[in-house]
Amino acid sequence: MSSSHKTLISRAVATLALSALSALPTLAQGLPKLKVGLMLPYTGTYAALGNAIENGFRLHIAEQGGKLGGREIEFVKVDDESDPSKATDNVNKLIKRDNVDVLIGSVHSGVAMAMAKVAKDTGTVLIVPNAGADAVTGPMCASNIFRSSFSNWQPGYAMGEVVAKKGHKKVVTITWKYAAGDESIRGFKESFEKGGGKVVKELNLPFPNVEFQALLTEIAAAKPDAVYTFFAGGGAVKFVKDYAAAGLKKTIPLYGAGFLTDGTLDAQGADAADLLTTLHYADSLNTPRDNAFRLSYAKAYKLQPDVYAVQGYDAAQMLAVGLAAVKGDIGKKAEFTTAIEKAKIDSPRGPFTLSRSHNPVQDIYLRQVGGKENKLASIASKALADPGRGCRL
Amino acid sequence: MDLTTFLIQCLNALQYGLLLFLVASGLTLIFGIMGVINLAHGSFYMIGAYMAYALAPIVGGTFSGGFFATLAVGLVLAVLLGYVLEWAFFSFLYERDHLQQVLMTYGLILVFEELRSLLVGDDVHGVQAPDFLAGTLPLGELMTYPVYRLFISGVCLVLALAMYFVFTRTRLGMMIRAGSANREMVQSLGIDIKFLYRVVFAAGVAIAVFAGMIAAPVSSVYPGMGNTVLIICFVVVVIGGIGSIRGALLAALLIGVVDTFGKVLLPQASGVLVYVLMALILLVKPDGLFKAG
Repeated sequence: MSSSHKTLISRAVATLALSALSALPTLAQGLPKLKVGLMLPYTGTYAALGNAIENGFRLHIAEQGGKLGGREIEFVKVDDESDPSKATDNVNKLIKRDNVDVLIGSVHSGVAMAMAKVAKDTGTVLIVPNAGADAVTGPMCASNIFRSSFSNWQPGYAMGEVVAKKGHKKVVTITWKYAAGDESIRGFKESFEKGGGKVVKELNLPFPNVEFQALLTEIAAAKPDAVYTFFAGGGAVKFVKDYAAAGLKKTIPLYGAGFLTDGTLDAQGADAADLLTTLHYADSLNTPRDNAFRLSYAKAYKLQPDVYAVQGYDAAQMLAVGLAAVKGDIGKKAEFTTAIEKAKIDSPRGPFTLSRSHNPVQDIYLRQVGGKENKLASIASKALADPGRGCRL
Repeated sequence: MDLTTFLIQCLNALQYGLLLFLVASGLTLIFGIMGVINLAHGSFYMIGAYMAYALAPIVGGTFSGGFFATLAVGLVLAVLLGYVLEWAFFSFLYERDHLQQVLMTYGLILVFEELRSLLVGDDVHGVQAPDFLAGTLPLGELMTYPVYRLFISGVCLVLALAMYFVFTRTRLGMMIRAGSANREMVQSLGIDIKFLYRVVFAAGVAIAVFAGMIAAPVSSVYPGMGNTVLIICFVVVVIGGIGSIRGALLAALLIGVVDTFGKVLLPQASGVLVYVLMALILLVKPDGLFKAG
């Protein structure tokens, strides 16, 4: 046998030995990696939100030593482009082609609804880390669908109470004409009109159109006591800047669901100063839990976390609770679901439980913009539960 | 709607329409004269907006402080960009069919988006309008109009007139128009058509970049903004008639009016009104309002 053959054989043996070694941990566990399908917007007006969610999600897994329920995590990423028309295709690809065990997504409500529909049909576990579409934990609810964020109804309802208490009577609302906007306005209207106020005009424009100027002129002409709005991401930046540029900020107070000023303050600058918004998170909660989270997020990403990062983080926490209960075997659907339903999630926003329809029962905070932060002003609504209308669970 | 509101809405429509014209004019020039469908045209607008955000700190501290310096440096860079792009890519496309042009320029969109993502990231940014143009003009009780929007309208109007003048009243404009009608004939008359095309292309790019720069304070700066504007610009070009500057101006103003008043009077349909307008006009005039050449 020539020496070159010998080297070849010894190399082959070494390679085999190495590959056997690397396969060992998997063999010992008997479980392959858990495939997590991240379907989030990585381009477009919601790109920054998708990235924050993914960061938060990865942070919790990193804190658990890279494993949940004893299983390593493998990610399959899809950019959903906040485009509902591509959502069903994308989610089907994740489930059928990539065989993901869990779906995480998304930001846009229309996309999340398409995901919920497919998840319901196929029984794949879905955790929604942002989209607040009421329907996801309403008529479309299912035992395998969870939400780590909020329902659109929640911040709107809480703000309706706040604005009514401030004594405003005549309010104009403005939003994008899509599920999230409509539902936020509906929640606001429900509590605001219960509190004695009246929504005199409901303005809207198609998503993701950001030419607000014509509608701002309408607001000035209607002369309301206040304006309530729902915008997020790039649209929120533009709206706040345009509202100030049109000279309305000085004359008509603006109130919004928290997405208006979350993750957008750098870009809005002075135009956002003092704005009041409602959300299930604020930048200065100053609780030990939140401080620890913020420190570890800042260390990992050299960025300050926002509500989207928290929601991504909590989606991973919920998944971890479920997986721990079934020791990584996500096939045990009933035990997995029961564990999450019974859990008290130790969120940076404050602990929350899930409602019957799997939506967080949580405090909604009133926040005021100060500098580059959404500072806690007060609790607008304590342990507010979405009514879960239409859900039969 | 009272009179003041109506007048302000007209100003809104005018401002939107004029800005749209500025972006669309380059598209229709390049399409009408060189016969190139340039899907990457929206990217130039995006590049302009990102210049206002990223170039300003280098040139003048902020966009607000170094307004004119940023615009000047941005324009020079835009002309260079246009010149190089024409030399490297577009000069090979004149003889190709439209499908190849679409594929190639679509590829450029992806390249520009990736470069943008690499260089400045995927965040949304706000840009402050210069202080001397901040503030609002009072128009009756409670009603005001932002000065900066008036400035945009004014600048766009001046540029539109200048473009029209160059195109119809100067020797350069004459050569360009002749070049679009018969490339070989113009060349045999001793005019350097290659250079001429390069100049027209660079000008088209520069105008779109400029539009992006001055629009940045009112549109904010965000990934994918070029694609949104591209679609509506194609509507402008199609309604106006391919290659017609006059048509593009009229079409852009029409769209400004339909979009603005549609939003206010028919909010449910405002997303489709512009396309309904396009369909109606094409029914009556299949080649658009003005057919060039």
